[in-house]
Amino acid sequence: MENYAIELKGVTKRFGSVVANNQVDLALKKGEILSILGENGSGKTTLMNMLSGIYYPDEGQILINGKEVSINCPKDAFDLGIGMIHQHFKLVDILTAAQNIILGLDGGMKLDMKKINQEIDALVSKYGFDLTPAEKIYNMSVSQKQIVEIVKVLYRGADILIFDEPTAVLTPQETERLFTVLKKMKLLGKSIIIITHKLNEVLEISDRVAVLRKGKCEGVVETKDATVESLTELMVGEKVELNIQRSDPKKPEKRIEMRGVTVRNSEGLSILKDISFVAKSGEILGIAGISGNGQKELLEAIAGIQKVDSGEILYYPPNSTTVEKLSEKTVREIQNLKISLSFVPEDRLGMGLVGSMDLADNMMIRSYRSGDSRFFTDRKTPRKLAKKIVDKLEVATPDINTPVRKLSGGNVQKILVGREIALNPDVLMVAYPVRGLDITSSYTIYNLLNEQKEKGVAVMCVGEDLDVLLQLCDRILVLCEGKISCIVNAKLTSKEEIGMYMTGARKAGV
Amino acid sequence: MTLLLTFLVAAIGQAVPLLFGATGEILTEKSGNLNLGIPGIMYMGGISGLMGAFLYENNVQDPSTFVGVMIALVASLLASCLGGLLYSFLTVTLRSNQNVVGLALTTFGVGFGNFFGGSLSKLAGGVGQISVAHTAEGFGAFLPSFLRNIPVIGKVLFSYGFLTYLSIVIAVIITWFLTKTRKGLNLIAVGEDPAVADAAGIDVVKNKYYSTLVGAMIAGLGGLYFVMEYLHGTWSNNGFGDRGWLAIALVILALWNPTNAIWGSLVFGALYVLYIYIPGLTRASSELVKMLPYVVTIVVLVLTSKRNKPENQPPSALGRAYFREER
Ligand SMILES: Nc1ncnc2c1ncn2[C@@H]1O[C@H](COP(=O)(O)OP(=O)(O)OP(=O)(O)O)[C@@H](O)[C@H]1O
Ligand SMILES: [Mg+2]
Repeated sequence: MENYAIELKGVTKRFGSVVANNQVDLALKKGEILSILGENGSGKTTLMNMLSGIYYPDEGQILINGKEVSINCPKDAFDLGIGMIHQHFKLVDILTAAQNIILGLDGGMKLDMKKINQEIDALVSKYGFDLTPAEKIYNMSVSQKQIVEIVKVLYRGADILIFDEPTAVLTPQETERLFTVLKKMKLLGKSIIIITHKLNEVLEISDRVAVLRKGKCEGVVETKDATVESLTELMVGEKVELNIQRSDPKKPEKRIEMRGVTVRNSEGLSILKDISFVAKSGEILGIAGISGNGQKELLEAIAGIQKVDSGEILYYPPNSTTVEKLSEKTVREIQNLKISLSFVPEDRLGMGLVGSMDLADNMMIRSYRSGDSRFFTDRKTPRKLAKKIVDKLEVATPDINTPVRKLSGGNVQKILVGREIALNPDVLMVAYPVRGLDITSSYTIYNLLNEQKEKGVAVMCVGEDLDVLLQLCDRILVLCEGKISCIVNAKLTSKEEIGMYMTGARKAGV
Repeated sequence: MTLLLTFLVAAIGQAVPLLFGATGEILTEKSGNLNLGIPGIMYMGGISGLMGAFLYENNVQDPSTFVGVMIALVASLLASCLGGLLYSFLTVTLRSNQNVVGLALTTFGVGFGNFFGGSLSKLAGGVGQISVAHTAEGFGAFLPSFLRNIPVIGKVLFSYGFLTYLSIVIAVIITWFLTKTRKGLNLIAVGEDPAVADAAGIDVVKNKYYSTLVGAMIAGLGGLYFVMEYLHGTWSNNGFGDRGWLAIALVILALWNPTNAIWGSLVFGALYVLYIYIPGLTRASSELVKMLPYVVTIVVLVLTSKRNKPENQPPSALGRAYFREER
């Protein structure tokens, strides 16, 4: 008989009419890394939340180390040695790392922060993390917050760790570091479940892969027998072609031009230094860089959200000889020029969508100004638009009256990107458009961007996945510490070359 | 010089109920409950203490000061605790809107105070006739007379009843609780993000209930102080005025830290009585001076939002109900 850390038998969970998990049987062996794969909304997060005590199953049994248990609240989960690192981090911003780590634990009445910090330091050096216990969460980067989450569950003595899309918001380098930690934890005897949409990561890190589809478990395979194609097929339920048809740009015209643009943050440090480039119609310009090197600010400067300190941003509208100076316009005026920005933030709901409003109303946020009547809102068009996006991008939702926050992470995002594309922009800027999307949805988005390009839109795309940028873009602009380190032709470069420009190991004339 | 002294003493007298109210409200708000019922609860705490003492003194041959004080305290704490319980039950268990419940509770509490205040007056034989001399004595000067008789500082520092000193002690204890204990840390997490607290194994409902109940009881003591120490054991309808709202404004001035509320209450108390000490004010212009505490609050709000330090902001989940399976 095998030794299982977790066994799920016939677990079912419903939310109203939505069946998030349907009779799931799944087992995690002791000391293995198990990946869970599945399209957006297939019920991965829900299933894991039942292990961590956030939800309680409607039907089915949960066995931990061979014993049947009932996990009623998160505390029960800790007591059973289960620790979950959530898709949306569960940290209190105004507290320090150490305070977050000990949150909710028993112990003496008085807080002995000094002793706690020492304990954390010991744990940190055992696994080789990089963490300052006294640092406030709001000062931390995403990957640092993730480390806090990991240390938090380790500090509580977890030996079953569950990671919900840990790499969705990490740079390739940070992902590498996380995987080193995961392997080390496995060596130290921990059992690990990891949810991810990136198939190459699944193949790299896990021992076995479980695939969920529409709430059901479609099977568990040994990683060594799996390929990207076989996994995709299992996930989608049919054979799918995954490729991007890149055509050569047709009649490229100048659309956006930056001349010597410098942007400073509130502390006076410059985030963008002397940036000059041109974005053309009918082409996709990729923007690459290690996160935090100014990619976000570059797009925001064009959209008018970032104040420009010096230099100018020019816009050449199609079929016209006028030149607009974007750096002197308001966000609203820039939007009216059909320049559109869709930024998918690390927490997805943070920007551009209102969680408690339904799909149709979220469409209205962007379009309410364009109704015929000046005073009354037009509700029909946004409803139509919402329907169109739901159909076209296959958003998993009961109907368009569902509040956005009830959707699964990936589906929230399809709506965010779909809405911007639906505005028919002349310049379309997207940042991290496929963050957290499953593989088929990612390709849907890529093909949408491609369609826009073929319609003559100037597309700018900030991305993390270099393989995709290389396939999708015509030219790639690489940022390093707020400066352009090169602009290359995507067809004539390689991942390695871009990687070197990203880290500043190589510099070229622009 | 004597004028300054009386001004100081008067300011401290005004400061105490504000400090009780603000400390209670801070503790409550730290759990994410914006209890706007605090002004009403202070009325309830005041009248109930007075009622208890009155019934005791009128039904006993030879009332003792100690027993009177105890009865007043217990009655006051019980009534404000019930106010807090009502609020918690409606907002935490039934998840009703916090603002609506709070405002209703304040309206109720003020009515409750005035109704029973009126009834007591009737029992006592007329408006202003209520007297609980023995009990009020117990709420009077507390420290030994050699301290009180020290020139100048004796009057400014040592001439008050025990509730005045208790208000400061409680403020310090609550600050210590919030910053230096595990339970306090858990409470802060509940108010910042109940989902996070929940995932960390903290009982959100229990924390919200406890902090709201204890907060209400602390605030209720402010009402008791007002009738017993400030008015020497009598009642006048609406006499407590808008002090409850000032206490809530003080929470903002104090940046959700009870120790800050100590000096903040002094500032508010001073501004509250300032109009009496400025010569040559007409009725109209004295109303303007009475606005000063609110002006100060607004200025502080503007300044802190400019500085934008996350620790100085209200608890992030303030005013929102929590339901685990909701997202
Ligand atoms: N609290 C909730 N209330 C209502 N519906 C919910 C709730 N949580 C999840 N759902 C629904 O259950 C389904 C499964 O969601 P879940 O978050 O588990 O998907 P997922 O596999 O994690 O997707 P993703 O890859 O996008 O994160 C979705 O259709 C979602 O809308
Ligand atoms: Mg998920």
